[in-house]
Amino acid sequence: MTEPMFRTPLRRVRGLGAARSGTGHFWHQRVTSVAGVLLTVALIVIVISLLGRSHAAAVQILGSPLIAILMLLFIINTAYHMWLGMQEIILDYVHEDKWKFLALMSNTFFVSVVGLASAFAILKLSFGV
Amino acid sequence: MVELTLPKNSKVTEGKTWPRAPKSTHLTEFKVYRWNPDGNANPSIDTYYVDRDDCGPMVLDALIWIKNNIDPTLAFRRSCREGVCGSCAMNIDGTNTLACTKAIDDNKDPVKIYPLPHQPVVKDLVPDLKNFYAQYASIEPWLHTTTATPEKEWKQSHTDRAKLDGMYECILCACCSTSCPSYWWNSDRYLGPAALLQANRWVQDSRDEATGERLDNLEDPFRLYRCHTIMNCSKACPKGLNPAKEIATLKKALVDRQL
Repeated sequence: MTEPMFRTPLRRVRGLGAARSGTGHFWHQRVTSVAGVLLTVALIVIVISLLGRSHAAAVQILGSPLIAILMLLFIINTAYHMWLGMQEIILDYVHEDKWKFLALMSNTFFVSVVGLASAFAILKLSFGV
Repeated sequence: MVELTLPKNSKVTEGKTWPRAPKSTHLTEFKVYRWNPDGNANPSIDTYYVDRDDCGPMVLDALIWIKNNIDPTLAFRRSCREGVCGSCAMNIDGTNTLACTKAIDDNKDPVKIYPLPHQPVVKDLVPDLKNFYAQYASIEPWLHTTTATPEKEWKQSHTDRAKLDGMYECILCACCSTSCPSYWWNSDRYLGPAALLQANRWVQDSRDEATGERLDNLEDPFRLYRCHTIMNCSKACPKGLNPAKEIATLKKALVDRQL
């Protein structure tokens, strides 16, 4: 901790004041965790049902509306949960401003690309274009 | 801040081994962290042999015995010697606890004693707790009311009074906060388990009229939400309190007022 001189400990503790946020982040972590349990079970069942099938059959199963919606929910939920969790880790461990903001941005970019690419793959199978 | 290795001037070196008391047969070995702010020497671990036939049963007794009989320069805080004041909090055998309530025989041999982790050291086993006390002050640990003060006392039901059990007993020894990894990495912005337990003590107090303002001041990604329920705090607390549970209660109160 670099301590600016002549500031009282209480001045340093109070800092810029409370952000008045964080509860939404905390609640969304819990919601996506619970959804993740259910959706991961669904994912495992779907993957098992694909085992040993031909490419065409796998495409047909993954493209069917119910399965595609479940897969999309899994992707959206996991991507959001991953974004929330990685943000927590960055706030825990990365303290220098330039690295922190770079890491927070990279997290958002990475999750957006991975999430969108995965969702696009399912949509492509589903709509067959 | 995350520090995977100690800074060069904090690396601990082998210290002095003090001579054993002649004629004593019942000796216990103590390895004690030493650092002197005078001079530029790194911290070191000194070895002492305590004559158990001449010394009380607790680790604090051993430290006082060392100070009286071997090395008067050894610095540590102590006052009540019965787990009420919290002065003698230190890291004994790998756990933050009070030297006065920890029996020597409950530790591995040799008994290793360090100051509370991740705080600046003033000397030997004396940590600098300025930041810790300022965090406590920041939660404003007194009754906040707007209603005119009653002629006699602010009344409280037995049920409401019981809600403070498990919190009012906290002696602010800092064992919990300094055992928390989140506090190690972010003690400049995270309030830590002790201050948060105390914050909840006032949030739960039925007589207090500033519950909302108190929660406003805690609702922050750092002040409160660096707690990831690691629970070292509850494991370390020498008074058997459960700061992790009190922090969870605060988080629940914040969710409750939104949903």
